[in-house]
Amino acid sequence: MEWYYPFIVLAKVVIVLIGVSLAAYINVYFFRKELGRMQSRMGPNRVGPEGLLQSLADAVKMLIKEDTIPADSDRLLFKIGPALLIIPIFVAFAVVPFSNDWSFGQTVLHPVISNTNVGLLIVLALTSMGVYGVVMGGWASNNKYGMMGSLRASAQMISYEVTLGLSVIGVVMLAHSLNLGDIVEGQASGTFATWYIVRQFPAFIIFFAGIMAESARPPFDLPEAESELVAGYHVEYSGARFFIYQTAEWSAMLLWVCVAVILFFGGWLPPFGALSFIPGWLWFIAKCYALIFTIIWVGATWPRIRYDELMTLNWKVFLPIGIANFFIVAAWKTIAASLGVGV
Amino acid sequence: MATDLEQARQSIGGLSVESVTETGEGRRDMVVNMGPQHPSTHGVLRVVLDLQGENIVGTDVQIGYLHRGIEKLSEARTYTQVIPLTDRTDYTAAMTGNQGLCVAVERLMELEVPPRGRYIRTMIAELQRLASHLIWLGTHAMDIGAATVFLYCFRERERILDFFEAFSGARLTYSYYRVGGVAGDAPPGILQQIYEFTNYFVDRLAENEELLTGNDIWLARTQGVGIISAEEAVAIGLTGPSLRGSGLAYDIRKAEPYEAYADMDFEIPVFPDGDVFARYRVRIEEMKQSVRIIRQCIEHMPDGPVNVQDSRVTPPKREVAMTHMESMINHFMWNIHSFPTPKGEVYSAIESPKGELGYYIVSDGSNKPYRLRIRPPSFCNLQALPLLVRGQMIADVVACIGSIDIVLGEVDR
Amino acid sequence: MGLDPDALLDRLQAHFPEAILQRAVARGEATALVRTGDLVAVATYCRDEGELRFDHLSDIAAVDWPRRPERFDVVYHLYSIPANHRLRLKVHAADGQPVPTVTAVWPAANWLEREVYDLMGVEFAGHPDLRRIMMWDDYPYFPLRKEFPTEGEPDEPADYHVSFPPGTERV
Repeated sequence: MEWYYPFIVLAKVVIVLIGVSLAAYINVYFFRKELGRMQSRMGPNRVGPEGLLQSLADAVKMLIKEDTIPADSDRLLFKIGPALLIIPIFVAFAVVPFSNDWSFGQTVLHPVISNTNVGLLIVLALTSMGVYGVVMGGWASNNKYGMMGSLRASAQMISYEVTLGLSVIGVVMLAHSLNLGDIVEGQASGTFATWYIVRQFPAFIIFFAGIMAESARPPFDLPEAESELVAGYHVEYSGARFFIYQTAEWSAMLLWVCVAVILFFGGWLPPFGALSFIPGWLWFIAKCYALIFTIIWVGATWPRIRYDELMTLNWKVFLPIGIANFFIVAAWKTIAASLGVGV
Repeated sequence: MATDLEQARQSIGGLSVESVTETGEGRRDMVVNMGPQHPSTHGVLRVVLDLQGENIVGTDVQIGYLHRGIEKLSEARTYTQVIPLTDRTDYTAAMTGNQGLCVAVERLMELEVPPRGRYIRTMIAELQRLASHLIWLGTHAMDIGAATVFLYCFRERERILDFFEAFSGARLTYSYYRVGGVAGDAPPGILQQIYEFTNYFVDRLAENEELLTGNDIWLARTQGVGIISAEEAVAIGLTGPSLRGSGLAYDIRKAEPYEAYADMDFEIPVFPDGDVFARYRVRIEEMKQSVRIIRQCIEHMPDGPVNVQDSRVTPPKREVAMTHMESMINHFMWNIHSFPTPKGEVYSAIESPKGELGYYIVSDGSNKPYRLRIRPPSFCNLQALPLLVRGQMIADVVACIGSIDIVLGEVDR
Repeated sequence: MGLDPDALLDRLQAHFPEAILQRAVARGEATALVRTGDLVAVATYCRDEGELRFDHLSDIAAVDWPRRPERFDVVYHLYSIPANHRLRLKVHAADGQPVPTVTAVWPAANWLEREVYDLMGVEFAGHPDLRRIMMWDDYPYFPLRKEFPTEGEPDEPADYHVSFPPGTERV
């Protein structure tokens, strides 16, 4: 191990932190502008050219606003709630590979902070920690809407984590690895035909619904359903803490989109071998934004689902499909192995 | 139970009060004050909900936050001066508010509006119905989470408001109707524009319908939710589209035709299911019928005066008033004292976009109403809310509130 | 249209020769003044009688005539959806004299009677939930009465019904 190894890791951490924050920032702008276009309105267009600085203005506004803490709230939990949500999400980015390896002469640089063998497990484990931040924030606010929002959030997140975990089992079995980089390489064959979205399409649908539910995007935005619960679990938050909740939500969405691209869309792999002159990280970003666009699109089209329907969808539709998918993949692998055919 | 509700009533907004826990059947875990500041109670409505989890076990509707005493104020104003007050009852359909009063006073004075006036009023009322239903559709869809429809609806409504601005100069509180006619004839060329708008509107409505009617989540959120049977609906006093969503074809435009509705060829859409989806379908179909009526009005628009030629209610023309002494005095007196009405009482109901809008006027023979009672459709429809939300969930409350299309300005007056 | 106003009133008067104190037809509208005590009987008859079938209670209004000994008119507007005719029932009530409720006949009367009680001060005997509906619960006046000035009473309490439950501090 070279002496400069810790410095490289440190540099990677800084770059990822800044990059994720910047991406969340760009996402907000992209989201607003694109939603505006879909809803036949302008979107932000006042701050900066084409409204580019609107998100910055909002961030500054939120950071300098008064930070109110409601009376009779649990002050400690109220304060640490946002932190508990954002920290696991940022930590989870540590195992996400953003590109194929870069080589500089003899030196090879992995564009991932920690190239661990249980990357996918870490992501799933850390994101399920996020629910504590939501529950604590909503409960500590001493507000009924907040509490109902956090109850909905915990039920929703925990339920969807089950199907989320089930849906990736097929991918893991096909890739023989929990390492996110290996999963991407497992899809490499020169065309998009071997991407897991083709081989695991039902799993992808469940996964996609799962990440929308996990990051509370419409139509699964029940924890903060504006027309029912005013603002849900962060109804009493203002100023910097509210900003942290918002950032965490956007970062969570980004994290899930990254994972989805890695698991199902071949990460940094080009769809055709002929397009491999375009660098991998560009493919990665392009795929991420395509997914984010889809999320915006779904949100602009569909009304909000009801609480009981959400649960029915998860436990009575997604879960059986996920289990069936698991058995089908397992059976297929066994048969293929006994026939001596590679999968 | 009474004391707990009492306690809930004393708290404000979503502010936390001691949660009540009882044991046994119908137990509630929590009392939530939905409103008066809440994004989807359509104004300052407050619904005290007894909850068991997310299920509703009890409802108490609290109103009056927007009570301005319009009935009392009317007693101190001449009939013409009451017209702007009626704008402020149902402010999403101010034209029909005006219309209800004017039809009632005309009935009290036994005036006959000339054909052109009647046709213009009918056309305006139907445009207003479109505008009101667009607000309803937009906010109702928004409550259920379809924000895109909301913006589409307001885009279309803007076009209608442009027409109203051309007619009356105002975009929200028009005061365009007058006793015996309207404030002014249609501006040149506007009828053609409105006709073209109806073509555009039908396309846009189809687009909105596409986003909702065939949408699985929309169906899941509206079908079988907030069911009220026809018998219950009549008993509780539902009128308008909300009643027709329960399968009763009661429409005052057909039952007791006023204005030019007797000449019009249109149908009353009725859906028998009595749920949120049926009420949604009724209003969507009603918009299509309104387009038919508007087109017929424009196609058969008669010529002639728009105001009744009766010196009691119509002021002398300006040219005459400026050249003849008697007319000038008449004009002056008309402006100061307005016109007296014959002694008596009248109840006149029209079909507003929300339902049966009735005006009960008691006149003592002076120029001001002795008592003016507004029968507000939103008020009577809102009374059905506890029936609609029995056994439903919180998310259904907003769907039910949206489906009866209330306006708090009219509920509270 | 269904029955014409005179036929309506004839029918009503034939069945209630005592209870119908006055009848009038003006501008095509039938009005019957009902003895206050007989209101529920008349209302039930109006609702159930085969040809009348007034299933829809349009409105309840009250009119204040302060110089009359029985100063209030309570006016019921009935409509029949199947037969398409209207009828106006009136009862007189003195100040403080309760009027029998018709909530048992038409549930729609619930809020309408509450509003009349709130704004005019007419009490309805037997009403299940006679609370104020527009004004707050401890409001001392009845604003639609003629002696109430249009601009409002000057001594209205300013901090009306914003009370916090015990244990909640204002911060």
